[in-house]
Amino acid sequence: MIGLSRSSRYTAHAILIIGIFIVAFPIYYTFVASTHSLQTILRPPLPLLPGDQFWENYSTALFGGIGRIGGVDVSTLLFNTTVVALAIAIGKIFISILSAFAIVFFRFPGRMFFFWVIFITLMLPVEVRILPTYKVMVDLGLIDTYTGLTLPLMASATATLLFRQFFLTIPGELVEAARVDGAGPWRFFKDILLPLSKTNIAALFVILFIYGWTQYLWPLLVTNRNDMNTIVIALRKMVSFADADTQWHLVMVTCVLAILPPILVVVLMQRWFVKGLVETEK
Amino acid sequence: MATVDLKDVRKVYGGRVEAVKGVSISIPDGAMCVLVGPSGCGKSTLLRMIAGLEEITSGTVEIGGEVVNDRGPAERDIAMVFQNYALYPHMKVYDNMAYGLRNRGMAKDEIDKRVREAAATLGLADFLERRPRELSGGQRQRVAMGRAIVRSPKAFLFDEPLSNLDAKLRGQMRIEIKNLQKTLGVTSVYVTHDQVEAMTLADTLVVMNQGLAEQIDTPMAIYERPASVFVAGFIGSPAMNLLAAKSSQSGHILADGTEIAISGATLPDSGREVLLGIRPEHLTLIENGAAPDLQLKVTAVETLGADTLAHGHPANGESRSSELVARLPGSVRVRDGDLLPLSIDPSMVHIFDAASGRRI
Ligand SMILES: Nc1ncnc2c1ncn2[C@@H]1O[C@H](COP(=O)(O)OP(=O)(O)OP(=O)(O)O)[C@@H](O)[C@H]1O
Ligand SMILES: [Mg+2]
Repeated sequence: MIGLSRSSRYTAHAILIIGIFIVAFPIYYTFVASTHSLQTILRPPLPLLPGDQFWENYSTALFGGIGRIGGVDVSTLLFNTTVVALAIAIGKIFISILSAFAIVFFRFPGRMFFFWVIFITLMLPVEVRILPTYKVMVDLGLIDTYTGLTLPLMASATATLLFRQFFLTIPGELVEAARVDGAGPWRFFKDILLPLSKTNIAALFVILFIYGWTQYLWPLLVTNRNDMNTIVIALRKMVSFADADTQWHLVMVTCVLAILPPILVVVLMQRWFVKGLVETEK
Repeated sequence: MATVDLKDVRKVYGGRVEAVKGVSISIPDGAMCVLVGPSGCGKSTLLRMIAGLEEITSGTVEIGGEVVNDRGPAERDIAMVFQNYALYPHMKVYDNMAYGLRNRGMAKDEIDKRVREAAATLGLADFLERRPRELSGGQRQRVAMGRAIVRSPKAFLFDEPLSNLDAKLRGQMRIEIKNLQKTLGVTSVYVTHDQVEAMTLADTLVVMNQGLAEQIDTPMAIYERPASVFVAGFIGSPAMNLLAAKSSQSGHILADGTEIAISGATLPDSGREVLLGIRPEHLTLIENGAAPDLQLKVTAVETLGADTLAHGHPANGESRSSELVARLPGSVRVRDGDLLPLSIDPSMVHIFDAASGRRI
């Protein structure tokens, strides 16, 4: 904000601070609610400061089991969701980087055909093909399994296209230099392509991890057992229509725990992002 | 170290574009062969066929007496220096140089020895821990050279390696490459479209035009006896003056009527349409009042310091169809509109057939 007068700088900051407050307050309030007992929450007004039930609420939720979702504890849910989000993120990256590698660097019959087939799947979101996919999963006996939860979500045209675009920017000379240096396709992939793609991979990982973490429709369909639920599904099940039946303090704890891992991933991966933005790798 | 022999090498892209139309070159062991020619004449294509980066449509490429047509680039034991250096951006200078050796399974300490040796030769010892983007253009160029040297390959292949450097650095690197190549004695093929590079580096110079080798010889032989109008116009700066003329009993009559008497030179049949080639540096100013072979009406002057280039046309010509350049010593003061009496050394006049463009 170079060249702005003092007063307009103050105004700008004030607007930003108000913005942050608007975004952050609900999250803060969720945290506050998660540290009070159910009685306090149900008897408005809810205090603005954290209460003294932090340890009790969190240990009950994490390890004690929650009645409304069949006595499953939140640590199981966290584990399930982590497995699902990681499997989807890693699986998607793995599959798409390899397909982009094939499409960009190899000349094989039907190359463009396969490219377009992958491209066309962009027009078929999960929701459109959900029933046939569900049928396939039932037939394969994959209901209530991690495979069933993740496999159908793994293929990703978007990520393939992103990698393809990136690979196309790699100069032909570099590829040829590697060939002259005696690097076969796998060496080239491992020694040159992967290291050059790492900022792309990091960015995609964050996006895909959060995508996997927040999946709703598919996990809802493909899991019946409570102990196979993801945290988002469980959260939804914990809220009853009758206000009094709902253990709001535990719901709030689950909410807080549900948003922590994505935040953690963003914060940890941020270093890579910034690096990717600052360094212009040629 | 090895010889490189090309026998009637052709390249057709996609069944249609004939980029190289049958080139045969034989490069002796340790020699530097420079391919020069205008853009799109097929230099890079030819080089890439030697490297194994491009399939050979027909003909054979032999390295060290063995036909290598069916071998991949790594198995041909060549090293290539690319126009944009093609350094691995994520690797340190050291690893850039070591990568090819590691892929060949060389022992670690041998790799280390070779990389450090090459780095010392190229003045890169202080930069081994840096990444390519932390280097200047000239240093990157050296790393690319280093990557080629450490391999001690049978042949070096260069594709316009200096074209991204500024003029001064280019001159400097040109000499370095020349010295390095001589010291190491590695057979080299060097592609360029810069004729100064071509003249100074080459042991064998190949002038290419539209997929064909127009002339293959030493640089001086090509300068002195260009085989065709194309070669004559391409090698030498400023380009050779080419004047349309008709042979006559006593000499040659230019299109505009000027008669140039060339005594002593063997004359082609009378009445034949020819092109006279006279290099700007072979037009000399007459200062003792002798009868000139040609009067030059000056229309433009370029003073370069050491030389003065006088552009103009023959004075007694009615039209300006025959443009000429004369390269005069820098001490000569010339102005627009001057009439310069010039003499022509008959032994330095090249005569080409007007129709075929070949030397007569
Ligand atoms: N992959 C390709 N497919 C089809 N035609 C090609 C291909 N590569 C080159 N060509 C054609 O072959 C001819 C020779 O190309 P080449 O790259 O060898 O030229 P060059 O002499 O190296 O030119 P420059 O000095 O511009 O680098 C050109 O007409 C070019 O259009
Ligand atoms: Mg080229």
